[in-house]
Amino acid sequence: MVDTRRQAVVLLATLALLLALPTLATAMSMPYLVTLGSQVVIYAIAAASLDLLIGYAGLPSFGHAGFFGLGAYVVGIFAFHAADQSRFLGLVPGSTQAWIVWPAAIGVCAIASLAIGALSLRTAGVSFIMITLAFAQMLYFLFVSLKVYGGTDGMGFDSRNTLAGIDPGSDTQFYYVCVAALVLVVVVFRRLVRSRFGMVLEGLRQNERRMAAVGIASYRVRLVAFAIAGAGAGFAGALDANLLRYVSPDALHWTMSGDLLVMVVLGGVGSLYGAVYGAIAFVGLQSVLSQWTEHWMIVLGPILVAVVLVARRGLWGVLGGAGDGRQG
Amino acid sequence: MTLLAEQLLNGLQLGVMLFLMAAGLTLVFGIMGLINLAHGSFFMIGAFAAAWVGDRTGSFLLAVPAGLAAAAAAGIAVEMGVIRHLYARSHMDQVLATFGLIMFFDELMAILFGRTPLLASVPAVLRGSVDIVPGVPYPVFRLTIIVVGVVAAAALWWLIGHTRLGMLVRAGATNREMVRALGVNIALLYTAVFGLGAMLAGLAGLLTGPILSVQVGMGDSILITTFVVIVVGGVGSVRGALAGAMLVGMVDTLTRAYLPTLLQGLMHASTADQLAGGLSSMAIFILMAVVLLVRPRGLFPAHG
Repeated sequence: MVDTRRQAVVLLATLALLLALPTLATAMSMPYLVTLGSQVVIYAIAAASLDLLIGYAGLPSFGHAGFFGLGAYVVGIFAFHAADQSRFLGLVPGSTQAWIVWPAAIGVCAIASLAIGALSLRTAGVSFIMITLAFAQMLYFLFVSLKVYGGTDGMGFDSRNTLAGIDPGSDTQFYYVCVAALVLVVVVFRRLVRSRFGMVLEGLRQNERRMAAVGIASYRVRLVAFAIAGAGAGFAGALDANLLRYVSPDALHWTMSGDLLVMVVLGGVGSLYGAVYGAIAFVGLQSVLSQWTEHWMIVLGPILVAVVLVARRGLWGVLGGAGDGRQG
Repeated sequence: MTLLAEQLLNGLQLGVMLFLMAAGLTLVFGIMGLINLAHGSFFMIGAFAAAWVGDRTGSFLLAVPAGLAAAAAAGIAVEMGVIRHLYARSHMDQVLATFGLIMFFDELMAILFGRTPLLASVPAVLRGSVDIVPGVPYPVFRLTIIVVGVVAAAALWWLIGHTRLGMLVRAGATNREMVRALGVNIALLYTAVFGLGAMLAGLAGLLTGPILSVQVGMGDSILITTFVVIVVGGVGSVRGALAGAMLVGMVDTLTRAYLPTLLQGLMHASTADQLAGGLSSMAIFILMAVVLLVRPRGLFPAHG
């Protein structure tokens, strides 16, 4: 039985904590917490979009970093062409306006995920995992080979995208933009999974044959879900490029896909809220362990194995008391 | 023409390596239904153990069994400690746990051997080159790799097709529950198959060591190429793994060798180089996309 009141309390407390973070950081004179917080929030957006695939569509994608990094690169490429007044492919001029660049990043990622999804969804299960991984790696190699945009080294740019009424130089204001984006994405995705479309997706996850019998075109529904998730990851990537003012192929690397997956499972699959707790736990663990030892991965690796073997509900399952133990 | 012969052999050599990797991975999937990301770690462990023993003793004859033993031991330990608990779990859980194992092994190697690449030396007997056809020299060591790989593939074919263990493996791939019901010690069989796959990966690693550099993370990029091989060949099928490995090995080698020259005929030299570099690193993924369009289940699907 799901305790909705307890969930509401936990969610409100989390939101309050997120909103208070910059004030707390100042009070504790740890200003870097704001940047770390932005990173958490951005990862949470990407992880929530991955949870849409794993937890609701039943599509175990291991290539989500492909779209995350692609979104980041859209921001980087726009900034690059804006800086030297040139045009992308001789056609598209650069821009530093958020209301142009961010929707462009989302759109490009939606189109890319339509193309990759159209091929990947021809298979299922373990092949789907390998294929999404391989296509993301293909995007990685593409950007490594693009020497114009920095190749392996990536490229930096001077300032964040401008958004009406927001000071692009202020880390705190940018943090609030990210929190607003996270709330928006989670609310939209929650509505989506409760809509007719979400019900169909859920039905397909449980019993594809029965859904086919009632006349659902499974391929098309899943493709749309894949594109929406890709667009969400692209949005997160665009924000990430803005946070760091730097893009590199690392954002597309397959270990990034793995990290996002870790966040989803740490937080709890199939809730969308879990992504937030997964991102907090992952970034938190990483920064605590890396202060402790340079070889923090030798600790994090076994922790992951233990989490998979022992704790199956994820953090949201524990905190919110939900945890229907649903697996991707 | 001489270059072509050389490149074909290079392609064959990469194909053989990829087959050694893919065979274990696809067997483990076909029989246990498990996706193992840490397969690349056994490749790395084999390479490190062989390079280290080779460096300490100066003997390639000791280095080879050391690499094989280290990879097989790691495989058996991992199967008994972790993998065994994952067979009944979702693929997502398997991916996640084995992703954790990669982190562990990469970092372990970094602690044991440092981040600077080790040099694995080629034994004196296998240095130098021979003429494959008059006027075309080819390194002896690379030829050895091809021969060892072909022998290993033949041994695997014999093992699977003509021994009792192989019979159980084939039966397990066809109907797991039935084999268990017939009273076969399935746990032991799984450990043996997993250890065998790890040993083959270790063999690929120790043979590749002297050509590439032995370093942390060396197993990760070959793992992803191996996934492409398996998808192209058909998941779970050893025959498919062989076909996929050869195809991927050839396509990768030949595009890297010839694409720059081909494109230079069409466009500016520097643009051509850059484009060719990008295209050839993406070539195997494009191959995979084409195979998926024509045959979504791969060239040789395992069941039916």
